[in-house]
Amino acid sequence: MAVAKVCGIETEYGIHHVGGDGNPVASSSLLVNAYVMDLARAGWDFEDETPGNDARGFAREGSMPPEVETHLVNAVLTNGARYYVDHAHPEFSTPECISPLEAVLYDKAGEEVLRRSMLAVGRSLPPGQSIIVYKNNSDSKGNSYGTHENYLMDRAVPFARIAHLITPHFVTRQIFTGAGKVGSETPGAAGRDITFQIAQRSEFFEEEIGLETTLKRPIVNTRDEPHADPQRYRRLHVIVGDANMAEVATFLKMGTTALVLALIEDDGFDGVDLALANPVQAIRQVALDPTLSTAVEMADGRTVTALALQWELYGLARKYAEDRGLDCLGDEIVGQMVLQRWEDVLHGLETDPSQVAGQVDWAAKLQLLEAYRERHGLDWDDSRLAAVDLQYHDLRPERSLFARLDTEHLVKAEDVLAAVTEPPRRTRAYFRGQCLKRWASAVASANWDSLVFDLGTDPLRRVPMMDPLRGTAEHVEELLRECATPAELLTRLSG
Amino acid sequence: MAERELKRKPAAAPREEQVIEEAPQTAAQGEKLKAELDDLLDEIDEVLEENAEEFVRNYVQKGGE
Repeated sequence: MAVAKVCGIETEYGIHHVGGDGNPVASSSLLVNAYVMDLARAGWDFEDETPGNDARGFAREGSMPPEVETHLVNAVLTNGARYYVDHAHPEFSTPECISPLEAVLYDKAGEEVLRRSMLAVGRSLPPGQSIIVYKNNSDSKGNSYGTHENYLMDRAVPFARIAHLITPHFVTRQIFTGAGKVGSETPGAAGRDITFQIAQRSEFFEEEIGLETTLKRPIVNTRDEPHADPQRYRRLHVIVGDANMAEVATFLKMGTTALVLALIEDDGFDGVDLALANPVQAIRQVALDPTLSTAVEMADGRTVTALALQWELYGLARKYAEDRGLDCLGDEIVGQMVLQRWEDVLHGLETDPSQVAGQVDWAAKLQLLEAYRERHGLDWDDSRLAAVDLQYHDLRPERSLFARLDTEHLVKAEDVLAAVTEPPRRTRAYFRGQCLKRWASAVASANWDSLVFDLGTDPLRRVPMMDPLRGTAEHVEELLRECATPAELLTRLSG
Repeated sequence: MAERELKRKPAAAPREEQVIEEAPQTAAQGEKLKAELDDLLDEIDEVLEENAEEFVRNYVQKGGE
């Protein structure tokens, strides 16, 4: 049986410091600091960070998390999330979520954290300055920054098998996960009359598989850093997606991927091989065609459209659901919702993409761009269209174009606000978040798989959390309620 | 030829009826969005950064990840 598809989303936000000195690292630090200064939170513990480990069985030497080298702000929040400066961007990593629907909730909570950060930093900056945050993945000048997904997997499944079977999904899911963008950033593509692509990041991928994330980006990333018991678990680190504004798009991105991964774990492919002849070429071809009619070549010589390949995956997933059930997606109800939404979006896309403008970012953006273009008689290279593209992702309510669209919601606004401070209840994020809420001053540092307490007297005490499915509300809610102090908690835990 | 083979949809689902009910709903939502687009375009003219060219040019990011 597939392990629970505990999942999370890391988003690097684009940042523009109006009136600033052009140092994005400093501006990002100002932004994150402005938010975390007054909060109950803990610093990050780098003890177990090993981003240089490769799932194919080797390690790159001398690889350190960038934050260790630069001592940038890095905080754990009471909702179990991590909020920090990564390279030159503010980054929000959701806590571990039990379902794709919960991932949507915490992804939206992340946007709220960034909005509050903009307000907070605005109060401390000199007059005339402000910091603006964009939830997108490219500056349209050839620089891309990531939105990464993570999924818990069974260590027993060979990595090569995962990579082989998930690649066709990564190449074709962009037809509903793509955030859309005007033009192309591939050198030499300028003369090719590319007006619009369905995804922001597809053209930045140059390899099928690899460890890199910043150059020669691979479709399948091999970073082997489980943040959990490495004997039992793997964390599949996915770098091939776009940041989504539309809730249904985020839900589909997380839900369909988790489901295909469950199929891989449980042999749900049943011998079906959807391998593509040239995934790197295919991911770019699919991105370039908003009519979705482009066919790409499969390894066995057949040709297939992205839509047809998605129908094939959907069919396998539905059969899997009938045979095995979908509890691994949080519960059967959410699992069925993934299947239904998947089917609906494929139907909508093959009828007319504008039908799914309420669910799919690129379809919403393209509709907006075409209408705006028509009204003002603009050519595709007019900077006003580039401005519409950029402002679609602006997180300021008064400027956001996305916020003005009537897109479909899956999570309630009040639940998003609660998720800014409350952790998920069904993963270890619950223990992390609750300990921070109660005893922030006693938590010396935290990371994904441990908490370190400083009780002032004894040596520091590390509480390992090697299983993402332990430390849930069911496990520790009562225990935490019964403990008046962190010392009492540690005694009970070691007793 | 081969493509046609792959385009074949999965066998009839038990939830087929539900699907049929939902499809027009999605379509209606699409239509509604279109109707609202005009108002929206007025609004965009108001909120779009005034100097689009400079705004877009100044948005430069360092690569990340």
